[in-house]
Amino acid sequence: MTQLALIIDLNVCVGCSACVTSCKEWNTSGSAGPMTDFNAYGHDPTGTFFNRVQSFEIGEYPHTEMVHFPKSCLHCEEPPCVPVCPTGASYKREEDGIVLVDYDKCVGCKYCSWACPYGAREIDESQKVMKKCTLCVDRIYDTSLPEDRRQPACVLACPTSARIFGDVHDEYSEVSRLIREEGGYQLMPEWGTNPANHYLPRRKAKIKIQREDLERVENPLKDENFTKPSDDDLTLEDSSWI
Amino acid sequence: MCACRCGINVTLDKGEVRYIEGNPDHPLNKGVICAKGSSGIMKQYSPARLTRPLKRKPGTERGAGEFVPIEWDEAFEIMESRLSEIRATDPRKFALFTGRDQMQALTGMFAKQFGTPNYAAHGGFCSVNMAAGMIYTIGGSFWEFGGPDLERAKLFIMIGTAEDHHSNPLKIELAHFKRNGGKFISINPVRTGYSAIADEWIPIRPGTDGALFMALIHILIKDALFDRDFLIKYTNAAELVNQDESSDAFGLFERTTEDVREGCVDPQNKIWWDRNTNEPVSSQNRNADPFLFGEYELEGTKVKTAFQLLADRVEQYTPEWASEITGISVETITRLAHEMGITARDRKIELPIAWTDAWGEEHDSVTGNPVAFHAMRGLAAHSNGFHSIRNMAILMTLLGTIDRPGGFRHKAPFPRPIPPCPKPPRSPEDVQPNTELNGMPLGFPASPDDLFVDDRGEPVRLDKAFSWEHPLSAHGLMHNAITNAWRGDPHKIDTLLLFMANMAWNSSMNTSEIRNMLVDKEENGDYKIPYIIVCDAFQSETVQFADLVLPDTTYLERHDVMSMLDRPISEYDGPVDSVRIPVLPPTGDCKPFQEVLIEMGSRLGLKAFVDAGGQRKYRDYPDFIVNYETAPGSGIGFLAGWRGKSGEKSMKGEPNPNQWEMYANNNCVYHHKLPPSYQYMRNWNEGYLEWAQHHGLTRYAEPIQLHIYSEIFQEFRRAAQGKRPGKQPPDHLRERVETYFDPLPMYHEPLEAEMTNRREYPLSAITQRPMAMYHSWDSQNAWLRQIHAHNHLYMHPSIGNQNGFEDGDWVWVESMHGKVRCMCRFSEAVEPGTVWTWNAIGKASGSWGLDKTANESNQGFLLNHLIAEELPCRTRSGTISNSDPVTGQAGWYDVRVKVYKAADDEEQVTSPTFATMQRLPGQLEPLNRSKSLAYQSGTGRFRSWLDSASKKLKRSKS
Amino acid sequence: MHPAFSVIFLTTLLGVGQGLFMALITAQTYTLVELVHVEESSSFYALGTLLVLVFVALALFASFFHLGRPERAWRTPSQWRTSWLSREVIALPVFGAIAFIYGAIQWFGWDFEVTKIGDFSLPFSLLVGVVGVAASFTLFLCTGMIYACIRFLQEWATPLTVVNFILLGLASGFTVATVYATFTAPGLIAMFGGWAIVFTVVAAITRISALIRNSRIKPKSTPTTAIGVRHSKIRQTAQGAMGGSFNTREYFHGKSAGFLVFMKWGFLAMVFVIPLFLLVIGLSQKLSVLILAAAVIQYLGLIMERWFFFAQANHPQNIYYQVA
Ligand SMILES: Nc1nc2c(c(=O)[nH]1)N[C@H]1C(S)=C(S)[C@@H](COP(=O)(O)OP(=O)(O)OC[C@H]3O[C@@H](n4cnc5c(=O)[nH]c(N)nc54)[C@H](O)[C@@H]3O)O[C@H]1N2
Ligand SMILES: Nc1nc2c(c(=O)[nH]1)N[C@H]1C(S)=C(S)[C@@H](COP(=O)(O)OP(=O)(O)OC[C@H]3O[C@@H](n4cnc5c(=O)[nH]c(N)nc54)[C@H](O)[C@@H]3O)O[C@H]1N2
Ligand code: SF4
Ligand code: SF4
Ligand code: SF4
Ligand code: SF4
Ligand code: SF4
Ligand SMILES: [Mo]
Repeated sequence: MTQLALIIDLNVCVGCSACVTSCKEWNTSGSAGPMTDFNAYGHDPTGTFFNRVQSFEIGEYPHTEMVHFPKSCLHCEEPPCVPVCPTGASYKREEDGIVLVDYDKCVGCKYCSWACPYGAREIDESQKVMKKCTLCVDRIYDTSLPEDRRQPACVLACPTSARIFGDVHDEYSEVSRLIREEGGYQLMPEWGTNPANHYLPRRKAKIKIQREDLERVENPLKDENFTKPSDDDLTLEDSSWI
Repeated sequence: MCACRCGINVTLDKGEVRYIEGNPDHPLNKGVICAKGSSGIMKQYSPARLTRPLKRKPGTERGAGEFVPIEWDEAFEIMESRLSEIRATDPRKFALFTGRDQMQALTGMFAKQFGTPNYAAHGGFCSVNMAAGMIYTIGGSFWEFGGPDLERAKLFIMIGTAEDHHSNPLKIELAHFKRNGGKFISINPVRTGYSAIADEWIPIRPGTDGALFMALIHILIKDALFDRDFLIKYTNAAELVNQDESSDAFGLFERTTEDVREGCVDPQNKIWWDRNTNEPVSSQNRNADPFLFGEYELEGTKVKTAFQLLADRVEQYTPEWASEITGISVETITRLAHEMGITARDRKIELPIAWTDAWGEEHDSVTGNPVAFHAMRGLAAHSNGFHSIRNMAILMTLLGTIDRPGGFRHKAPFPRPIPPCPKPPRSPEDVQPNTELNGMPLGFPASPDDLFVDDRGEPVRLDKAFSWEHPLSAHGLMHNAITNAWRGDPHKIDTLLLFMANMAWNSSMNTSEIRNMLVDKEENGDYKIPYIIVCDAFQSETVQFADLVLPDTTYLERHDVMSMLDRPISEYDGPVDSVRIPVLPPTGDCKPFQEVLIEMGSRLGLKAFVDAGGQRKYRDYPDFIVNYETAPGSGIGFLAGWRGKSGEKSMKGEPNPNQWEMYANNNCVYHHKLPPSYQYMRNWNEGYLEWAQHHGLTRYAEPIQLHIYSEIFQEFRRAAQGKRPGKQPPDHLRERVETYFDPLPMYHEPLEAEMTNRREYPLSAITQRPMAMYHSWDSQNAWLRQIHAHNHLYMHPSIGNQNGFEDGDWVWVESMHGKVRCMCRFSEAVEPGTVWTWNAIGKASGSWGLDKTANESNQGFLLNHLIAEELPCRTRSGTISNSDPVTGQAGWYDVRVKVYKAADDEEQVTSPTFATMQRLPGQLEPLNRSKSLAYQSGTGRFRSWLDSASKKLKRSKS
Repeated sequence: MHPAFSVIFLTTLLGVGQGLFMALITAQTYTLVELVHVEESSSFYALGTLLVLVFVALALFASFFHLGRPERAWRTPSQWRTSWLSREVIALPVFGAIAFIYGAIQWFGWDFEVTKIGDFSLPFSLLVGVVGVAASFTLFLCTGMIYACIRFLQEWATPLTVVNFILLGLASGFTVATVYATFTAPGLIAMFGGWAIVFTVVAAITRISALIRNSRIKPKSTPTTAIGVRHSKIRQTAQGAMGGSFNTREYFHGKSAGFLVFMKWGFLAMVFVIPLFLLVIGLSQKLSVLILAAAVIQYLGLIMERWFFFAQANHPQNIYYQVA
């Protein structure tokens, strides 16, 4: 069985929000749209987004780490948001594990959003139906696009390629390899939702300096300190007995 | 192409933008796109758009914001009559300043042909320190002229960079670098964006990096971690410098021949002291093995190698000294130097690429020391930035990482001679009525004689560029243009044309005062700046102060070129340029500024735009681009690709009538990939230099030795000391020139900091770019403004604890020059002596198509009110700019402040605020019924909304 | 959570209605076994049921305000296999219908004796009533489970949630029944009032237990589990939407901690202490005004209780939306 998902590599995410607006741009005119904005030019502008980037400061100065943290629906394998829906509008697709909302069935009761621990669902305040990341279902299967462009909009946009798309059930996929080899983890594992999206942690590179690195023979200063002796200078050879 | 330089593909749906994506075949962004680029839809359909030419309503005051719509004919007539009058009398009275555009090739040419020297773009307040500091040292620079080779680097040190111009490529590369296991160190008072993913963050006090570099150089020399071979062969390190204090030639290089300079090459006629023979030897003698250190006697004159001078200089600049200044521990400084030096020495890269050097020696391989640097405005935007950057370039040179794999890499047309050839005019006589300017409006002085001053040594240009105040101001000083014009110092002007620059807001220092200057009057009631023309695409704060408003098209509606005659967009592996081809029709009565310039050039009869009979030569801008050559038959035009009759030539060749189509068929981009043997060591790469000369990229194919020691600076110093014939600084500037024109690395405090009472103003205040906003002009974007609706002043919690306020409180931030009320936010990711905010989020009420309730104008604030364009001191000749004394770079990040809690009974609103700007004629009411806005392409709603601008126009016409 | 008034009214009104219905059936049962002697009147039950239906209708009315698309409400029962919300949507009309049938039987005098149990004859209406009581319990269960089943809303995820819904419904229902009796069947006042006191006391115990439990909750989700970084100092600096978003509106009550404390003590007083006091005095002194006051105050208190119930629930998503 296929389970499509995104891997978010926090090691390289610089928090640029390209994934945020490219998502909105693709989806507002797509099958999941529109994604309405309110007070677009007024006080407290607000609107529907399927993906947002948040920032967290960790630790205290000067040992502060800064984590930029993009989050969209995690397409949980045990999605708590699905069984609670009274209309069946929320569902998880058998064929690829994408969790979707059928806007024609949704009554806008918001109950599914309560049942998502991640805050990944947002009601569209004008259409009054629940919306969320669709993993760009209307892109990834669109055969009118060139094959390498059949990827979620946010993945294509991301300048640091911090977003990687693939099937986490396929052990041989790039995403599975990354989860395995780079320490991929799930958010809030305590709820047993088994999110399909995984995050890759920060990894730190260090340089180790050995003492002898600073006392090397090819030290250019040494070169400088040798002056050629003149012919008159005495050497060992001049006074050697053997 | 997107708003700045990335390649994009725009998909339309029934005439409306469906989506904008990165062009996967574009060499710059390789298919990725940023938050702003993806939100392009909301710029196109923005209620801030200007759609009609406007004239200040007769009888109303400038700045009151009352306008009447006019036709283009009238706009052109107004401009023609004013400008032709000015041109016929005193061309200086026309000043043209342009902001963050990529159109300097055309605007600069227009100014030159008009005959005014008063032209500059944003470079002077942006990063001229970066350009000059490195170009005067290594013949190339960061910014858009070169960059770090992150594909091969093993250690990457990023200094004072938050976003930068080639941000998408940089992000792509950063990710690759990290994934390849390289170590990424960020030196920055603040940890945001890029710095967030750094393996090590080294917080530094603002404006002190120069001291850090001095100490790093100190350690590298002490511990012998420099690349001796590289220094000897490719720099002036081993060249002998006259040290005879009594001699007029003190501080100049000893030469084998007379110092005859041909054009702008740095002649290779210096002298080394050979170890083999213990004799002086010509630096041309490549078999010699010169000493790097030492003091010698050359025909009775005391001489030292340049490197010995450097070593002597940095002797006292110990890590302990730097630690006091920078706030970085001695251990960290020392470790940093060792990590750099050891990585450079022990993790060398060797690529099997054969190449030949400029002395004819063949090499089997290209080697590299994989330590890469990158720096931007964190260094540049200080008034000591030139020397900080020069110090950094010298540090990079010591490590041997210039145009080598894993280090710094040039982008065509760099490297250029030190300094590059273009020169500014040299005297007031170079400006004559109805005559082209004699000299380039902007250039690179190589000696005091290249300064643009009058007989008394006083400036000629409005912005005082190329004067003794700021001799190497290669990009002008746009930030002083308005103040100087207002004061009439050095001269009054008549017409100020601002293009794509929001000078009444975020690109001015001292914004509140500047806004007053723009409306200030003489005693006789005339405006001090008589006429202001603003060309903008949106309702910026500056539009309000215009007498004439020219509505520009958006980037989706016009032809454009990213020319190599401007700041290039080349890649390390060869020259690149590109074009923008419109995908949407112009809105309303918008007209591309390019077309305006061509029309005006034709009307004014400027040589480049008319034929021998004085008739208009070019139909329109696309026609101009294809057919214009820098000189008749030069074969060089704005575009380098597909030249020649049928597009068979590149870089140089006769005009090709189908050039646009060929660009269009090739992703709108031309990328000339050099053969690998021309891709490295280009300062000294015979093949490359000859290729570049042959293709018109450079005039000379001479090697470009790196300047550890700057003789050019010594020449300015000698002039200041009165030891040199030729142009002399006015007496009150002698000491200044002597101090700052130090041929060796030096550190001085930012100028304003020297004049500030540190006890009263204990904190540095800086800004930086948010990745999801472009300066002032993305608040009109319904999507982006949700990410940054307003800004906070970020600071370490200790500042709040000491001053009795809490996270989120309203505070006053006050400098010597003014104060601003804003909201504070505590952060552990900032050096405790620094406060910072995002750039240009705060807006004037009613601008940018926003309601007066918008967060930007109520909670958002602009730090520029606190930053002065002039130093708080007067010299004998009057005021002096708050700029780097070498380059005139604006000292944005020098301001010192204090922060205290706003009183409880104060309004919780930002201060200062300004009267709400009115909606302009032709500006469309937002398409948001019941406050909601739901963009969906293909519905026709947005298209007809924009079309209604033209419909209204027709109605009012008939 | 952001307390939505539609849901506050829905659950409290429904609770009163269900409790009142149970009170009526209790009265009928008592009468049957002659524990109380009242001037038996079918209009007493009929009008009482009408009152129940009014409460249910009001609740239903309120519930529609909670739906973005009420016109699609007909779809909501479809997922009864998995969704407690669906189940509630089914249980509610079932209860309403049974109550209606019960009321109709009483009103139209369609009652008949089904069988005799000892001396007592068992009327058909009572049988229907008992089924209605079962439906009412089911409905309480469904309503309670809507909240109790969301396991990561730890304040809700406890059997106490269901127990409290039931007991508070019973308490308020019996109090209202007491008021009703003062106007229609004085003989039942003591019985209703007595049970009202009992239910209020028991509800106080269970509700306070829930408060104590909730005050001791250790959130299972922490910033560490939310973003996967192990550190005791994790501070959010941006949530990506400065003008707010659905996530900041739906899951935060937006009131101060002080207000929350006020609401807590307020509801404890108004749901439990004051009504108990008024009921005791009212019953003993036969002061119907006090009984009426007890009912009104208790209902207002229940609105506060429900507000607090929502406000106190701290959704784990809030970890991602701390700073606007
Ligand atoms: N998204 C976006 N991209 C842009 C722009 C934009 O507005 N938005 N503008 C474009 C333009 S015009 C420019 S000039 C570039 C500028 O791009 P950057 O050079 O990245 O400019 P700044 O945002 O000014 O970032 C300066 C950085 O230097 C740090 N800094 C300040 N003072 C010091 C110091 O003394 N020492 C050190 N080491 N660091 C210091 C600041 O904390 C900040 O991180 O960006 C371009 N790209
Ligand atoms: N405090 C502080 N101030 C700074 C800086 C800082 O770091 N700190 N940075 C400085 C730097 S480096 C720079 S480059 C400047 C940038 O300052 P500006 O050059 O003023 O930059 P923008 O705010 O981008 O303003 C550009 C103007 O161009 C308009 N525009 C946009 N698109 C078009 C178009 O297609 N055609 C036309 N005609 N107009 C258009 C916009 O509406 C806007 O009014 O800010 C400087 N100001
Ligand atoms: S992240 Fe939330 S909305 Fe998405 S599947 Fe999981 S529980 Fe459902
Ligand atoms: S809001 Fe829509 S999708 Fe969510 S539970 Fe209700 S009906 Fe289902
Ligand atoms: S996968 Fe598609 S819908 Fe989901 S966040 Fe990315 S762009 Fe948005
Ligand atoms: S686009 Fe990529 S780098 Fe930028 S915020 Fe999103 S995930 Fe991070
Ligand atoms: S960096 Fe500039 S050109 Fe590139 S995608 Fe972003 S807005 Fe467009
Ligand atoms: Mo800039």
